[in-house]
Amino acid sequence: MSSVQIRDVRKSFGTFEVLHGVSIPIEDGEFVVLVGPSGCGKSTLLRMLAGLENITSGTISIGDRVVNNVQPKERDIAMVFQNYALYPHMTVADNMGFSLKLRGARQEEISSRVNRAAEILALTPLLERYPRQLSGGQRQRVAMGRAIVRDPQVFLFDEPLSNLDAKLRVAMRTEIKELHQRLKTTTVYVTHDQIEAMTMADKIVVMHDGIVEQMGTPLELYDKPDNQFVAGFIGSPAMNFLKGKLKVNGAATFEGPNGIKLPLKTVPGNSDGRPVVYGVRPEHFTIADDGAEAEIVVVEPTGSETQVFAKLGGEQVVAVFRERHQFSPGDKVRLRPDPTLVHLFDETTGKRMNA
Amino acid sequence: MIEGSAWRRWVFFRLPMGIFLIFLLFPFYWMIITTFRPDGELYIPWYRATYKPFWTWNPTTAHLKYLFGETTFAIWMWNTTFIAVVSTAISLFCGVLAGYALSRLNFKGAALLGTTIFVTYLVPQTLLFIPLSEIIRTYSLGDTPWSLILSYPTFLIPFCTWLMMGYFKSVPKELEECARIDGAARWQAMLYIVIPVAVPGILSAMIFAFTLSWNEFIYALVFLSSPEQKTVPVGVISELVRGDVFFWGPLMAGALFGSIPVAIAYSFFVEHYVSGVTGSVKG
Ligand SMILES: Nc1ncnc2c1ncn2[C@@H]1O[C@H](COP(=O)(O)OP(=O)(O)OP(=O)(O)O)[C@@H](O)[C@H]1O
Ligand SMILES: [Mg+2]
Repeated sequence: MSSVQIRDVRKSFGTFEVLHGVSIPIEDGEFVVLVGPSGCGKSTLLRMLAGLENITSGTISIGDRVVNNVQPKERDIAMVFQNYALYPHMTVADNMGFSLKLRGARQEEISSRVNRAAEILALTPLLERYPRQLSGGQRQRVAMGRAIVRDPQVFLFDEPLSNLDAKLRVAMRTEIKELHQRLKTTTVYVTHDQIEAMTMADKIVVMHDGIVEQMGTPLELYDKPDNQFVAGFIGSPAMNFLKGKLKVNGAATFEGPNGIKLPLKTVPGNSDGRPVVYGVRPEHFTIADDGAEAEIVVVEPTGSETQVFAKLGGEQVVAVFRERHQFSPGDKVRLRPDPTLVHLFDETTGKRMNA
Repeated sequence: MIEGSAWRRWVFFRLPMGIFLIFLLFPFYWMIITTFRPDGELYIPWYRATYKPFWTWNPTTAHLKYLFGETTFAIWMWNTTFIAVVSTAISLFCGVLAGYALSRLNFKGAALLGTTIFVTYLVPQTLLFIPLSEIIRTYSLGDTPWSLILSYPTFLIPFCTWLMMGYFKSVPKELEECARIDGAARWQAMLYIVIPVAVPGILSAMIFAFTLSWNEFIYALVFLSSPEQKTVPVGVISELVRGDVFFWGPLMAGALFGSIPVAIAYSFFVEHYVSGVTGSVKG
């Protein structure tokens, strides 16, 4: 186990820069999830950590050692690939033992470590099979097994669950999390699924177009997104955004599209009339007499809660209620955002404005 | 397999397949029948009532005896085998390494080099044997098996390289990357992961290279002169066709025995070859 330091790392393919200076400190034993939309450079960063891509500038260190020019085999890391990359001509046991064999471990040691890993992952009955004889979920577990037999300094995962069906994905998510709690190995996990990120991470790093937008614990990111991108990316259903202006004379309010007025608790000084984006999470709406009038478009009950799509000042918003209101499309309701929980973003820079 | 009722299967699958098979296997049948037919029957004009081209009731081994007794056919077989095996081994070794390098080591000009190698394969042998014979003479290799063992790779190496390049490209690069993270050096990843996964490709390159050198005619004709150095294709033609007299029986016997090793090579590896075509990778 080791800490990992990524300092101002840049990466160009030819003249095309993909990562524009990324710095991420990772503590020993931490579970860090890199999230971001497709093409933002998550895999590239992970592959640089693994030593599969060279580093254009900046440094990456594992433990106390700068690894910029260290071969993958010398880095003592294990990686699980999206397509698992199981060696097709080897049995599950040989797949898992390959790295130990390369290191020249004795046969008894190899089999005892493979057996232990197989037990943890419930792979014992499958040890003599070939990868083509396994289901997707089993292959995924073999790929993990191959990583854990080595007891490496760092685990790297690149979207390991994206080839699985929804149910298995949830199960494996828990399994990986459990494994981490047990082994406490520093882990960097790449996904573009924000639910995976929220549920698994000690620390989430949100990336976008080759930069880090924000990093922090899942709840920090959820409660206090630094900018509009993070606010929109984290959370499902996504945060509602309304464009409008601040009004500060008297009680602070937000004047939204078509003149709707929404409450605010505090506003930064000297900001009367400033154009802003007003953000509300779907669960922070309540039905109240002093709310803004909205017309219901679609109602989607999921059992535990109800998602309501409505037109608020002509803009579509989504609200989530745990109570069972009797709504039907076309109904008029009064929606009131909780003023202590709304987010304000600068309209041009997208930066968070309220504390 | 064609779906549907029995007649559809007959019309669209079995019948065309049968015609195709007859077309392909007929030369073999002809070779076999001619090998065992006595001379007396072989030279009957077609308009005689006794002309029965497709069967014989008096099989004879006279042609075989002639082939193995009066000519140096056994030596030709040995020569051909030796030359084909050694030149295939050399070409495969170089081809696998070159194919790997060209498809996996992203060095400058790799693509151009790959194309160039393929282009050299397209240079006709009928042109190439002129400079080659000059070289063979300079190094006094004429009339030895080495003249062929060293000239066959001039077309076999480009062929194997090109074939292996394509095959290595189809092996997911994650496999190799994973091996390197697992602690393998580049050569270990190649040796333990990429090459075993590419075995079907290597086998097909081997079969083709072996067949090409087994059947090669022009270089063998030009570079070898004494009867006991010849290969089967050249030996059979030069020793069993005298002027315009064709010794059909021994000729066909020679052709038959000459094609047996290739047929064995094919049937031995065909299973691997086919399983290679139906992908073994994709997680
Ligand atoms: N070998 C390469 N050569 C050139 N450009 C590349 C190469 N690899 C990646 N890129 C580019 O780098 C950018 C980041 O790619 P990367 O694979 O890191 O994205 P990602 O965040 O992992 O996306 P996804 O979620 O789709 O996997 C993309 O624009 C991609 O086109
Ligand atoms: Mg990716």
